Amino acid sequence: MSNIWIVLPILFQLTSAVLLLFFWNYIKIQKILSALLSLLGLGISLVLFKEVYNEGLLVTQSGNWSAPFGISFVADTFGTTMVLLASVAGLAVSVFASASMTKARLQFGFYPMLHFLIMGLQGAFLTGDIFNLYVWFEVIIISSFVLITIGGKKAQLEGAIKYVALNLLASVFFLIGIAFLYGLTGSLNMADLALKVQEIDNKGLINVTASLFLVAFGIKSAVFPLYFWLPASYHTPPPAVAAIFGGLLTKVGVYAMVRTFTLIFVGDEFLSVILSVMAALTILSGGLGAMVHQHLGKIFGYFIICHIGFMMAGVGMMTELAIMGTVFYLVHDIVVKTNLFMVSGIVLKINGTQNIKELGGMYQNYPLLSLLMAIPLFSLVGIPPLSGFWAKLFFIQGGLESNEYLLIAFIVLGSFLTLWVIAKVWAEVFWKKGENLPKKARGIYFRELGRRQKLALILPVVFLSIISLYIGLGAENIVSLSERIAKELMNPEAYIEAVMSKKLNAL
Amino acid sequence: MIFAVISGFLSAALLPLFSKINKNLVPKVYPFVPLGIFVYLLYLMPSVLQEGSLMWNYPWVPSFGVDLVFRLDGLSLLFGLLITGIGTLVFFYTSYYLKGDEYLDRFYGYLSMFMAAMLGLVFSDNLICLFVFWELTSISSFFLIGYKNNDPSSRKSALTALGITGFGGLVLLAGLIWMGFVSGTFSFTELITTPEVFREHSSYIWIVVMVFVGAFTKSAQFPFHFWLPGAMKAPTPVSTYLHSATMVKAGIYLLARFTPILGGTAIWQETLIIVGGITMLFAAVHSLFRTDLKSILAYSTISALGILVFLLGVGTQDALLGAGLFILTHALYKATLFLITGIIDHETGTREVTRLAGLQKVMKPVAFAGYLAALSSAGVPMFLGFISKEIMYEGVFHSSSLAWVLTAALVITKVILFVAGFWVGVKPFSGNLPAEYQKVHLPNPLLWVPPCILAVLCLLFGVLPAVLDGFVQAVFISLVPEAPEIHLAIWHGFNWILGMSLVTLALGFGLYLFFKPSTNLILKTQTFDNLSPINIAESGGRIFKAFAWKWTGFFQNGYLRNYVITILLFLTVLAGYRLYDGVDIHLDWNQISQITPSEFLVVVLMVASIFFALITKTRTGVIVALGIVGLANCLFFLYYSAPDLAMTQFSIDTLTVLLFMLVLVQLPRNRSFSSRKVRLRDGFLSLMFGSLIAILALEVFEAPSYTEVSDYYAENAYILAKGKNVVNVILVDFRGIDTMVETVVLVIAAIGVFSLLNLNLNPFKKN
Repeated sequence: MSNIWIVLPILFQLTSAVLLLFFWNYIKIQKILSALLSLLGLGISLVLFKEVYNEGLLVTQSGNWSAPFGISFVADTFGTTMVLLASVAGLAVSVFASASMTKARLQFGFYPMLHFLIMGLQGAFLTGDIFNLYVWFEVIIISSFVLITIGGKKAQLEGAIKYVALNLLASVFFLIGIAFLYGLTGSLNMADLALKVQEIDNKGLINVTASLFLVAFGIKSAVFPLYFWLPASYHTPPPAVAAIFGGLLTKVGVYAMVRTFTLIFVGDEFLSVILSVMAALTILSGGLGAMVHQHLGKIFGYFIICHIGFMMAGVGMMTELAIMGTVFYLVHDIVVKTNLFMVSGIVLKINGTQNIKELGGMYQNYPLLSLLMAIPLFSLVGIPPLSGFWAKLFFIQGGLESNEYLLIAFIVLGSFLTLWVIAKVWAEVFWKKGENLPKKARGIYFRELGRRQKLALILPVVFLSIISLYIGLGAENIVSLSERIAKELMNPEAYIEAVMSKKLNAL
Repeated sequence: MIFAVISGFLSAALLPLFSKINKNLVPKVYPFVPLGIFVYLLYLMPSVLQEGSLMWNYPWVPSFGVDLVFRLDGLSLLFGLLITGIGTLVFFYTSYYLKGDEYLDRFYGYLSMFMAAMLGLVFSDNLICLFVFWELTSISSFFLIGYKNNDPSSRKSALTALGITGFGGLVLLAGLIWMGFVSGTFSFTELITTPEVFREHSSYIWIVVMVFVGAFTKSAQFPFHFWLPGAMKAPTPVSTYLHSATMVKAGIYLLARFTPILGGTAIWQETLIIVGGITMLFAAVHSLFRTDLKSILAYSTISALGILVFLLGVGTQDALLGAGLFILTHALYKATLFLITGIIDHETGTREVTRLAGLQKVMKPVAFAGYLAALSSAGVPMFLGFISKEIMYEGVFHSSSLAWVLTAALVITKVILFVAGFWVGVKPFSGNLPAEYQKVHLPNPLLWVPPCILAVLCLLFGVLPAVLDGFVQAVFISLVPEAPEIHLAIWHGFNWILGMSLVTLALGFGLYLFFKPSTNLILKTQTFDNLSPINIAESGGRIFKAFAWKWTGFFQNGYLRNYVITILLFLTVLAGYRLYDGVDIHLDWNQISQITPSEFLVVVLMVASIFFALITKTRTGVIVALGIVGLANCLFFLYYSAPDLAMTQFSIDTLTVLLFMLVLVQLPRNRSFSSRKVRLRDGFLSLMFGSLIAILALEVFEAPSYTEVSDYYAENAYILAKGKNVVNVILVDFRGIDTMVETVVLVIAAIGVFSLLNLNLNPFKKN
């Protein structure tokens, strides 16, 4: 496989999006085409993943300008794993949307936007250039903004304004940070930056720049005290959109954070402390928020925050084991959060509401579906041996290694709050007797759907649940994958060497 | 072996399929799962007794040292036999007890899952693996307690139980990982060879506390005990199985297992004595103030669990032997009592002990089982309860200097438990049968045979304790590795111990005769409710929830401007601190003299228009002012010979101002402006942030820079890229991808605008 193929996932999504634009008014074709293209995209990601897993990391220099002069694309294990997960979530949501989205919304470019968004994510995961990362972030913001506003409901727009305003703020910080970094090093290539930053004497300035990146990525990944856009917006769009957001948007912030803080800004003790404190409070804020809310979308939204805190804790600890935990949790979280928002979508479709006080009777009326939904719900909690469990082992042990006892306490607290709230959700939504359902203003109920549409709603949940089960029960594979990624991240010499295509003296 | 453990999970997983084929077959087939495992364990028993222990190893997550390692020794065999043996009886019992219940198949699913988890727990040799099963028992208990899911109190009890045990479980997890971290292994077999590694470690105390929290929550020790009486909302077979005979003993199992590794220190032994002692007395007394049979049993179970913890704390060889034997004794008689309670409830429709009497006339075999169980519970000679009580007394009596106090506490507990046992096992059956129960009849054998089997075992083992010798010896060895050989006997000669046994029986019988269960007593005790742990926990929960509301509302307050302020403040403080802390700020003021008059003019223009924007009261004014700032920027670009940038900025700025105007003209006039205070705050923050970025920019500007990349662009733009304008070459060649992607961004934005303008799903407004 020639190295140029590592940009194929990006180009493929771009082509898919453009192709779908041609069928603007033909929703049926778009539905089928998007599903097929997503499947094919998943295949491509899988091939890339396998190649990188077997052969080691791949690099391509765009326009054949050697690094650091052009833009490098790097497919390492971390990046390709993320690409693969984004494709998985994309496929699930594409199918799910075909039955859950109203026709009107599909007519206004939902599918092309979905593929643009996935493209932006793939780009962010594969680029080796900090400014190019910024550009991919732009793609992600603008396409997610379009997705969140499709339909133009008042609540949607209100959420979207907060979403886009705060994310643009993050972009501004990111851009300022890049400008400073460029001013200090004269370079934008991340591998080159890793080398140059080491050589700079004025570490103070680098550290200040790092705090700009911290805040920029902190907003993106919704950590305390920067998470406001998430609870303000995630419950407003239709479930399919919320699913892809919940699965991937914050995670790309975590990805960027992990990438920059393991590659460029390394060995900053103060940063670790700040990250740990932020992580602890993120866990707390997310857990508390989930505890007090009654709307399923809001509850899951706050859970995203809570669990971002787990991943940040790993970054804060900065030991190989802790990073392993972060990576494992990322893998688990992308799958399970996407799935949860789809589950809440089905619940909405069945009952016409997402308020857990009004909901009920799911278990009585849909026993098998309820059991299916129990898989993502309890995976989220991390009931062993489901997927959320294993990462906690690494976090706790990582915390012991780096003497972060308070952080361990917060992780335990966060896990407990998750357990408690999910148990409450189970009792309210699934166990409680169902009352008469409120009349739906628009759209139709689940039971009125045709067989094929029901399948389109349920199959993605089954698909992701199977992956969740695999992550939990076949943990060995994911553990060794995370271990490998953590090793690569903590020892970036190979990455730098491959991009700069020159032998390095010891860093 | 793995099949023995997994088969329960498999049967639970296959259940939906199975019940689809034939729902009625489930209760007929599923009892054979525990029965099969029970037989298998019996078959393994001789080799366990001979070799001490058997091991099985199945790799799972070897890279983290977590494997399914199963170890079968005396103690785990004892538990395994209880789980599957009582399990078999409960499975059969349920098939009639819940006959015709709509969701009987699900019930079997949860029961099988629980059984498998419990087996995994007691067979695991790996700490993490043990924890996996530990949590699974909690979760299956949650589903079983909430089985009657339409009943709000059922749901609440299930949540409480899961809350307490789940919390304890997570703390335990941290403790177990800590153990692995300190010792480098999760294998129990390896840990037991190097016990001193913990006792001398600085984190010993933390590990012990965490293990205690895990064990005490699971085994319902004071002050965590309150979930267990609530758990009695579950159908009686569940109470029998999980909340009396097996699951609640998991904490005891853990403590017993860890005693060789963590025990022997003052903190370990004394905490166990104190917590166990308080629990056994507290719960025993409570059981006297209950009239619901299941509540009485719940508290007497908690008390029995307290006794077990207490005995582990006392820690003499006899105390440990007594504990091992009492696990078996208690499981046998308590399961019997629960099962007959279920029968009484099933046939008479009540569990109020005050209303029940004389039932032996209508259900003789049940009464027979009740009498035997109550006698064993009381510790009457010729019953297993007697033997275990003798050994217990022996162990406590010959312990520390405080032996008298401890023995007295144990005797008092035993006396009260005597009464509690009689209330459940004897009272409902003796005396005159009330008229309302004349028509009650003996139920199906599936209900009354299981308790009879257990009751007969109480008697059989009591009369012929020697049959247990080998087995109990094996249990003893797992508790005390250097255990001496034992022979169980009914008769130990005349001594203090026998005296105490007789006193216990006499006092117990006396108390039973003079102290009657009554609802008045319960009412009297309710005045103390405010002090009970459950109320304290509940008000704690309320306070926590109020805090959660405050915290969430404080940060997520709904105002975008507050969010922006918080973020800016955070960044300013963080970056400002780092700047102050790590950078020598040296601004070169001399450079001010290089400022040309025209530059100065532009700056003045900018500052002036910014201030105008701040004080003006019209929107148009603000926009025009900001437009001027943008244009001033263009001038800067011009001065620094970047006409292309200036052109871009100029056109964008003009367009923006125009667009803003078009939109804003449509809006009504500003009604109110922010208050002076708010403005000052915002102005101050903006000033701080602006200065920060300005200082940073200047510092970066002054820092030595690398020009490798820009030099390369300048040199090669024409030679390699064949373009005369370097900026253009950068945009379309060197960094062409950026430009391409930004173009895509524009396309997306255009589509977004189109959708936003054309699609409006808001409900139509009627005029």
